[in-house]
Amino acid sequence: MEFLRPATWREALAVKAAHPEAVPLAGGTDLMVEINLDRRRPELLLDLSRLAELRDWRRESGTVRIGAGVPYRTVIDRLAVELPALAMAARTVGSPQIRNRATLAGNLGTASPAGDAHPALLVAGAEVEVASARGTRTLPVEEFSLGPKRNALAPDELIRSVAVRAATGPQQFAKVGPRNAMVIAVCAVALALRPDTRTVRAAIGSAAPTPLRAREAEEFLNGVLAEGGHWATGRPPPPAAATRFAALVAAACAPVDDVRGSADYRRHAVRVLARRTLDRAWRARAGAEGAPA
Amino acid sequence: MGVVPPPDGLTRCGDTAPGAAGGAGESTRRPDGVLKVTGDFAYASDLRHEDMLWGRTLRSPHAHAEIRSLDTAEALALPGVHAVLTHADLPAATHYGLEFTDQPVLADDRVRHQGEPVALVAADHPETARRAAALVRVVYEPLPVVHDEATATAPDAPVLHPDRDDHHAAHVPHPNVVYRQPVLAGDPTHAVAAVVVRGDYTVGTRDQAFLGPESGLAVPAGDGGVDLHVATQRLHADQRQLAPVLGLEPERVRLTLGGVGGAFGAREDLSTQAHACLLALHTGRPVKMVYDRHESFLGHVHRHPATLSYEHGATLDGRLVYVKGRIVLDSGAYASSSPAVVGNAASLGVGPYRVPHVAMEALALYTNNPPCGAMRGLGAVQACFAYEAQMDRLAVALNMDPVELRRRNALTQGDTMPTGQRVDAPAPVAELLRLVRDRPLPPPRPWETGDGVDPRALPGGLANSSVGEGIVRGVGYGVGIENVGFAEGFDDHSTAGVRLAGDRMRRGEPGPWRGNEAAWNAPGLRLVGGEVVTPRGEVLASLAEVLGEEAVERELEFRHRPAEPFDRATGQGFGHVQYSFCAHRAVVDVDIELGLVRVVELAAAQDVGRAINPRAARGQIHGGSAQGLGLAVLEEILVGPDGLVRDPSFTDYLIPTILDVPPMPLDILELAEAHAPYGRCGAGEAPTLSATPAIVAAIRQATRLPLTRVPVRPEHLTGT
Amino acid sequence: MRVTLTVNGRERSADHVWEGESLLYVLRERLGLPGSKNACGQGECGSCTVRLDGDLVCSCLVAAGQAEGCEVRTVEGLADADGRLAPIQAAFVETGAVRCGFCTPGLLLAAEELLARVERPADADIREALAGNLCRCTGYESVLDAVRLAAARATAPAADPERRP
Repeated sequence: MEFLRPATWREALAVKAAHPEAVPLAGGTDLMVEINLDRRRPELLLDLSRLAELRDWRRESGTVRIGAGVPYRTVIDRLAVELPALAMAARTVGSPQIRNRATLAGNLGTASPAGDAHPALLVAGAEVEVASARGTRTLPVEEFSLGPKRNALAPDELIRSVAVRAATGPQQFAKVGPRNAMVIAVCAVALALRPDTRTVRAAIGSAAPTPLRAREAEEFLNGVLAEGGHWATGRPPPPAAATRFAALVAAACAPVDDVRGSADYRRHAVRVLARRTLDRAWRARAGAEGAPA
Repeated sequence: MGVVPPPDGLTRCGDTAPGAAGGAGESTRRPDGVLKVTGDFAYASDLRHEDMLWGRTLRSPHAHAEIRSLDTAEALALPGVHAVLTHADLPAATHYGLEFTDQPVLADDRVRHQGEPVALVAADHPETARRAAALVRVVYEPLPVVHDEATATAPDAPVLHPDRDDHHAAHVPHPNVVYRQPVLAGDPTHAVAAVVVRGDYTVGTRDQAFLGPESGLAVPAGDGGVDLHVATQRLHADQRQLAPVLGLEPERVRLTLGGVGGAFGAREDLSTQAHACLLALHTGRPVKMVYDRHESFLGHVHRHPATLSYEHGATLDGRLVYVKGRIVLDSGAYASSSPAVVGNAASLGVGPYRVPHVAMEALALYTNNPPCGAMRGLGAVQACFAYEAQMDRLAVALNMDPVELRRRNALTQGDTMPTGQRVDAPAPVAELLRLVRDRPLPPPRPWETGDGVDPRALPGGLANSSVGEGIVRGVGYGVGIENVGFAEGFDDHSTAGVRLAGDRMRRGEPGPWRGNEAAWNAPGLRLVGGEVVTPRGEVLASLAEVLGEEAVERELEFRHRPAEPFDRATGQGFGHVQYSFCAHRAVVDVDIELGLVRVVELAAAQDVGRAINPRAARGQIHGGSAQGLGLAVLEEILVGPDGLVRDPSFTDYLIPTILDVPPMPLDILELAEAHAPYGRCGAGEAPTLSATPAIVAAIRQATRLPLTRVPVRPEHLTGT
Repeated sequence: MRVTLTVNGRERSADHVWEGESLLYVLRERLGLPGSKNACGQGECGSCTVRLDGDLVCSCLVAAGQAEGCEVRTVEGLADADGRLAPIQAAFVETGAVRCGFCTPGLLLAAEELLARVERPADADIREALAGNLCRCTGYESVLDAVRLAAARATAPAADPERRP
């Protein structure tokens, strides 16, 4: 095993170009587990944790750009206003110790369907900036995860940053785990209301081979809300529509039975969470705008 | 390998801080407390020795297989490897075991469970040892897996130990039954009752999950013997099993207690002991073995999973007439302490109640599941979950308050157990129940704070799964009976042991008090002539300095009274030295839509006989209760029908965090036990029994579901 | 490879470090600082908790090479140079929060970090901050007592006869 510590981002990209098999290491909260438990023996570790340029986050017009080295702790402490769903998700990641090290980019790179950040990124709207010695490209977060532990990175590419759209309305994130802390998601749901475009987004985690948006449910609810003039009046969607929406979110799942939960339970819990997150978000909107609840 | 600091770990165990003052009955600090907060306490995994090698165990990936061939050549050829040992290299006895000698030191031609040790490696670095273990070529031929009672006792079932020669072999109904114990009292065949309830219950496999991994450092000695520093519960039992395996006289197998790091029963059996010593004697070098968590899950015995069937009959005014029960425990591949577990389950199987007619049967099976043995409250925990569920079921059938039903049948001093043993010490079962029932209930909706909703007080905690939606409160009760022994080495006997020794010393009794050596819990320290000395004989302090000058109030000589084995056919016999009782009231908030549980409060009342160190007694009850909570709603080793463990990690085997364990108010009774020194009574095991059924009863009240299995999973509460 | 870092204020180096080793392994096996414990190797127990450049981290998940040039604080650095216990250490001993003790070093580091951030933490804050540190012996009641005690003493620093090393 070799351990490489590039001093600059450019150098990191050069190493990755020369050694596509090099495994990037930042927070280490996934990779070191695999090394400690003898599940993986990379030939080359590419330590990105000391690259200051990856530690930056900044507000751009309508988005927050989060460097690949920014830990969840920063998202919780600094970005809860602009990125509420992501901050809520970040607070449920592992333990305080993990949140001090683990990164958004790590969640994307690992591409575990259970990664807590995914549903929040999907509902907020996010683009992943990836780079190689050949250049830089961005891709929508929807196109980044390809399957369990598989993502859209080319062998010579590294994640540089994630640009997340700042919230224009209430957002919610909720996950299910049998323990009250330090638990991997059995399933998770994120939901965002976007009054500016009069749309709703909903996404699920840990209930399909990849994190995904429940587009049919989104379209159904967008139709209901438009038809009933709910965006203008602030009236919540009718209970039957909320129930139908939750069922459609659950229908988007393609879960498995595993030690953490049964497929049936995941479908059921996603339905419950979809309903709850919608109700909570709509209540928050009513509260925020003084509209009738 | 890199720079090795001097082997100071071996000697750094003394605590000279005069922290423990006062006599029996006053809370004192642990003698090892300061060392443990400074990081200076030497756990077995911290020990090192110049020139030491790292040992590694290669384990079976199969639950049941024949070993066709085994080739170590490639592993041995790896640079840095000093030894690779297999069954063929064993110098003497090839098997060991706590009660039966049925466990191979290294598998010969057959493996009987996943994780069974097959080969050993000693190398210069843990990574070298791992790589070498992976280079040992083993060809397995999988065999049919015995995984439950049906497959174990089927007419064509593979017999797992065809050459049994243990003392129970001739008395079991099937060779795959390790041990069976009936308990018969009164006339259960003809007993009739106005109200009858029946139930079938299941208790999942669970793990002790101590935090300090299995560790041993074996140092070959000049006399051809070996010095082993090891984290264990029973040095003398280890030595008895080790000497024949090493082919050495017992006096050349010298064991020193390394800092332990939690045990809860899992360190009664051998883990690294024989393997580290074999490698050390073979290489002539010190060898250290430390399990990682994955190996720990596969490398020690668990709590027996159980299926339990009960029938309770009672009069219309709620007096128990009879209890019939059958408890099937799964011992897994080897016997370990299964006979004791079976004995407890059978003899304590009706609970702390007066029952005129009893027909209990408990048995343990050999299967290809992970081996099971001792864990806190062994045998009694499984039974308590079922008989308390039955009491609640009976209360419903009688339309009676569940506490009142229990109080009407509560065992008291002078009553007779189904084994015929008279309860000749205080048994304040009704009083304990009254104490927990009469406590004020915690306020509802604890998540509502002045500022809004605090998800940390809700089921799901930080996951934000509920901000108050779907929550229903429930309250439940449980009470249990456990037998108590005086085995040394259990946590918190350390302070008690030192205190009692100190009192005896101040009375001028001659030392040394060797009985307290193991209980001291600090590796290598001994009490010699009233002084605390290191293994090198260096005097750290006199006991008088350690203990202060408090007057001795009472003088007691203690020789625990003899117990006898239960009759094989009837279960009659004076089998237990002492009983211990604890009652719990659990208050839960259940998210009934998501099936998530938040235990809001877990109140306990317990009789501890005499609290030698009240703070330690409270800690034992809190710790035991928290482990009971784990069994109720979180902890299970999931084993498939293939005999393979599906969750051997702390990622999936979830033990309670500080956000899962609620406030645990206590009422402690001190009704002195006349048959024990200072009136003491074991405190740590009983709370592990009753916490589980109390929590499940509370969840039942909230959900109206029967809940016959622990741990309760979200699936059980949502019908998914 | 060689790794040089500052541990508890002292510069330390380790040679021949295998690249797959963790900071925890280097501390325990190469620098003679076994106070930080290894109980799970996967960031699920907190026994290996140290401060890394001030941040609370699981040292088992920090590759040794990532700690190059960093400041590390371990349980061995909590007491002062004369061996006087830090307030949080004394509180753990006094309340009985130390039992088997394997979780204690990690809990101490986590509790110290909490009390540096939050002067009088509510119980829920203590629970959230310590949720990454498993304890199997105490049921956490005495751990909560210890953190409350240390917090109370820090905010009411009147002479306390109980406090002694």
